[in-house]
Amino acid sequence: MATDLHRAVTVQGLTRSFDGRPVVDGLDLTLRAGQFTALLGHSGCGKSTLLRILAGLDREISGTVLVPRRRAVAFQAPRLMPWKKVWRNVLLGLPGKPGRAVAEKALDEVGLGHRSGAWPKTLSGGEAQRASLARALVRDPDLLLLDEPFGALDALTRLKAQRLVAELWQRRGCTVLLVTHDVDEALLLADRALVMRDGVIAYDTAVDLDRPRSPGDPALAGLRTRLLAELGVTEGEFAESATA
Amino acid sequence: MTVDHAPPSAPPDISPLPDVESLTPARAPGRVPSVPRWLRRAVGPVLLLVLWQSCSATGVLPADVLASPGTIARAAGELVGDGTLPTAMGVSLRRVAAGLLLGGVAGIALALVSGLSRLGEDLVDAPVQMLRTVPWVGLIPLFIIWLGIGEAPKVALIALGVAFHLYLNVYAGIRGVDARLVEAGESLGLGRWGLVRHVVLPGALPGAMTGLRYSLATAWLALVFGESINADAGIGFLMNQAREFFRTDVIVVCLVVYAFLGLLADALVRTLERLLLQWRPTFTGQ
Ligand SMILES: Nc1ncnc2c1ncn2[C@@H]1O[C@H](COP(=O)(O)OP(=O)(O)O)[C@@H](O)[C@H]1O
Ligand SMILES: [Mg+2]
Repeated sequence: MATDLHRAVTVQGLTRSFDGRPVVDGLDLTLRAGQFTALLGHSGCGKSTLLRILAGLDREISGTVLVPRRRAVAFQAPRLMPWKKVWRNVLLGLPGKPGRAVAEKALDEVGLGHRSGAWPKTLSGGEAQRASLARALVRDPDLLLLDEPFGALDALTRLKAQRLVAELWQRRGCTVLLVTHDVDEALLLADRALVMRDGVIAYDTAVDLDRPRSPGDPALAGLRTRLLAELGVTEGEFAESATA
Repeated sequence: MTVDHAPPSAPPDISPLPDVESLTPARAPGRVPSVPRWLRRAVGPVLLLVLWQSCSATGVLPADVLASPGTIARAAGELVGDGTLPTAMGVSLRRVAAGLLLGGVAGIALALVSGLSRLGEDLVDAPVQMLRTVPWVGLIPLFIIWLGIGEAPKVALIALGVAFHLYLNVYAGIRGVDARLVEAGESLGLGRWGLVRHVVLPGALPGAMTGLRYSLATAWLALVFGESINADAGIGFLMNQAREFFRTDVIVVCLVVYAFLGLLADALVRTLERLLLQWRPTFTGQ
């Protein structure tokens, strides 16, 4: 049990290069089981690359990567197969021949049970993203990898989706790695926030605050400023440029 | 209701303004129903027929140049009545069916080989793309030398045209499948065969349908070419015979049959597309 608690994911000296340019460069990372971790970083800093490696989708790597056998991914775009009804999308790739009821249970969990027989083209952006989440959850993963899953949603839908993910995580208790470029999202959801820079985890902090949290909780203001600084943004900037 | 003083909730000002456009509903309710679309579309062809008939009747269009619509209808009646046309159609349809089957199997098989594996692509695609530049109609003399003048060269010609179109479109369809969907399938635990079955092949289906449509059109074309050489049965044979006797009416009947069969094939593909591609989020026209 003790080892489980400490090591759902272990990465040591991970390097991944594209055309001789290292994007992940000797990265070390340990994720504790059941922990919700947010991975922040500039666009193009290698967050998706790291996530794809943890998902087992990219094997052209050097270094050590230990991940749970049961893992699931939700991408920024829902990536549903347009030629399969929603429930068939949810069941795609599951071993055995699970019935539609299995899919519908997972869809119910994300509030999408009524759309199980729909074509993906008829779903709204938020619905498609939830279907993609159901498809990940139905695999009952020990490690859930989320690559900016709310990035393409409007602000209102994003809030709802964030709340849904928080609920699902609390109910399931799986390890979650959420890639995002939104500091507030990280502070709303995560136990721990990482900042990736120059191919390594450059900053690592715990987010200690009782749940449920509300967006922009003043208790997190200090951490927010710190994380923004790590990302190279100083908070006065907007005000300054507005008066300039 | 009459309003003689400003009511508490005044109606909005709808007086015309510059740069303001009033957007009316597309179909105004209660409007007089207009002439049905099919009737409007029928007017042109009917007018053309009337013009043609009157030209023939007044002698402007002599019968050995082009028979009148009336004569053609009568010829059609006779050809159907004595069983000549149905028999000929049966023979021609069998040729097309055989060619479609052979060409379809060959084209799709080759496309799968070169679409699904790099090795297959290197081995198959280059020679096929090279052969593609040869106009297939130009192969008729070779086919006659190789296969004689029976059914074989006709079926081979049709099969060739079909195979090329299916190959090109299915191959392009396979290679056009969104790599991100393949990656998603991989992340869901699909193996190589699962990916092919659940992601690649369904993704290539629109391309395959386009290929089917083109290859059907090509099949009719190949049939006409194939049957114009040494046919002893079929629609082409009827046409050749009619040419000898200057029966322009019979020739037109045969052309109409070709057109009709082509139309039928197109309708078939459309139905198939509606059934198989209903998942596609494409613009379907207004
Ligand atoms: N398949 C690829 N080929 C070449 N370069 C790539 C490839 N995938 C990602 N990269 C590069 O790696 C870097 C990190 O990309 P990515 O991990 O997608 O960034 P992000 O942090 O925004 O998710 C970028 O500079 C990108 O151009
Ligand atoms: Mg990314």
